[in-house]
Amino acid sequence: MNRVNAFRLLVVVGAIAVLEALCLAGLIDKITMQPPHLIARDLYRLLVSGRMNSAIAKTLTNTVLALLLALGVGVIAGALLHRRRALRDTLDPLFATYYAVPVFAFYPFFIVVFGLGDIPQILIAFLLGVVAMIVNTLNGLDRVPSVLLKTARVLKLSPIDTAFRVTLPSAAPYLLTGVKLAVAYAFIGVIGSEFILSRGGIGYEISFAYTSFDNATMYPLIVLILLASIVINGVLSRWERRLLGRRGLQ
Amino acid sequence: MGSEHVRLSNVSKTFRTGTPPQPLHALGPIDLELSRGEFFAVVGPSGCGKSTLLDVIAGLTPATEGAVLFEGRPIAGEAPDGMGVVFQEDASFAWLTVAENVAFGLRRSNLDRDERATRVHNVLNLVGLSDFATSYPAQLSGGMRQRVCIARTLVMEPRLILLDEPFGALDQQTRLLMGDELLRMWRQTGATVFLITHALDEATMLADRIGVMSARPGRLTDVVETRWPRERDSRIIEHSEFGAITARLWKTLREESLKTIGRARESGGPLR
Repeated sequence: MNRVNAFRLLVVVGAIAVLEALCLAGLIDKITMQPPHLIARDLYRLLVSGRMNSAIAKTLTNTVLALLLALGVGVIAGALLHRRRALRDTLDPLFATYYAVPVFAFYPFFIVVFGLGDIPQILIAFLLGVVAMIVNTLNGLDRVPSVLLKTARVLKLSPIDTAFRVTLPSAAPYLLTGVKLAVAYAFIGVIGSEFILSRGGIGYEISFAYTSFDNATMYPLIVLILLASIVINGVLSRWERRLLGRRGLQ
Repeated sequence: MGSEHVRLSNVSKTFRTGTPPQPLHALGPIDLELSRGEFFAVVGPSGCGKSTLLDVIAGLTPATEGAVLFEGRPIAGEAPDGMGVVFQEDASFAWLTVAENVAFGLRRSNLDRDERATRVHNVLNLVGLSDFATSYPAQLSGGMRQRVCIARTLVMEPRLILLDEPFGALDQQTRLLMGDELLRMWRQTGATVFLITHALDEATMLADRIGVMSARPGRLTDVVETRWPRERDSRIIEHSEFGAITARLWKTLREESLKTIGRARESGGPLR
């Protein structure tokens, strides 16, 4: 482990230790928060009991569906817009201000149209993630050196071969940035929607536990989301480091 | 010298640039014949249309007028089989290893896996990169990356190789050594080579014939024959004729370069 990683671990462990000490000393009362060691124990019990399995499965399934949709539509829309200068110029201001729009405001409308099922949540998560993917795809395609496209022409690659064997691999670091953002937005979209109004999922369970003063469920679920985010982000960052390392960009 | 390999007849190129679009006569008319197995170099002032000429021959941009024939067939819209191009910029694929880069164009060929591997191995030997087959381009120097691009072209066994200032970004010593390697590959492959360069000494050292281009619109104002033996390397710069040939190139080119500088002055360019 290098010094930076050791320091990071130290900060996390230190923060947990401080929380533990504050809880045990009674400076944070039990109604507000349990000590971290009890949260860890409750999380273990919760996972072993299988009580949350359907909620976890629902949230993960919806997140993955929204993510796949955002990645697919984002890359294709980005690639098409890259070739349509006028349309891109028209949409650029929308992309620039997109994240100032509270997408969750559309959630009640989606529920009215699609009912209180999974579709409104997937749609919200998709809408949050897709623009990040479009913008990063455009960014990546803008930076593909023209000499690589000339080389593809000399080697007589078809447009599809050029896209999959030259353009997209060349733009990969930017696409990966889009993927990282889309993953985060997909999680936020699904869990946030579940929080507001739904019939299941981790967000719903946290919200339900909160209104029932059920700290033994609420905190472990929050930790579970944190752990999932850390693991996914860690995997993507590792992949990114490998990709950039090969290109001498790190 | 062999039979006719490439023929340019009355080739011109006009671009439409600016708003509203105005015609810009960039090139020609040019008439030129390249013999099979010949090493032909083109020198010319900056912006004279050297790279445009190469793009036209490669089929990357169509000629506005005239025709280019490669092995008797007109070039229309795309690079024909049997032609390879090496560009000035680094065109190696950063996400592939050296061997994968070199094998890139072979996917379309009918060769089986073993034949492809043998060809890649042989070409890597030829360009001296055998020890770097599993390296990524980012781990190599600029000269080595350019050799990867040359190898990727050579592996297709082209009969005509077009090189657009391939050593432009390299230092002088590396350029001389790369020139040696290029001459060796040229002899071994027997291909016809068409080299664009801005370096007069490089053109004199490498080529059988050197075409000197005028300021824009680029035309061939002089074609100089070096009469070097086929077996040669960078030590040819010690030859008594070397200076005389380079001086002749410079004499023609100087006037054309001054025209370019004059134009830049008139348009208030950076050469004031």
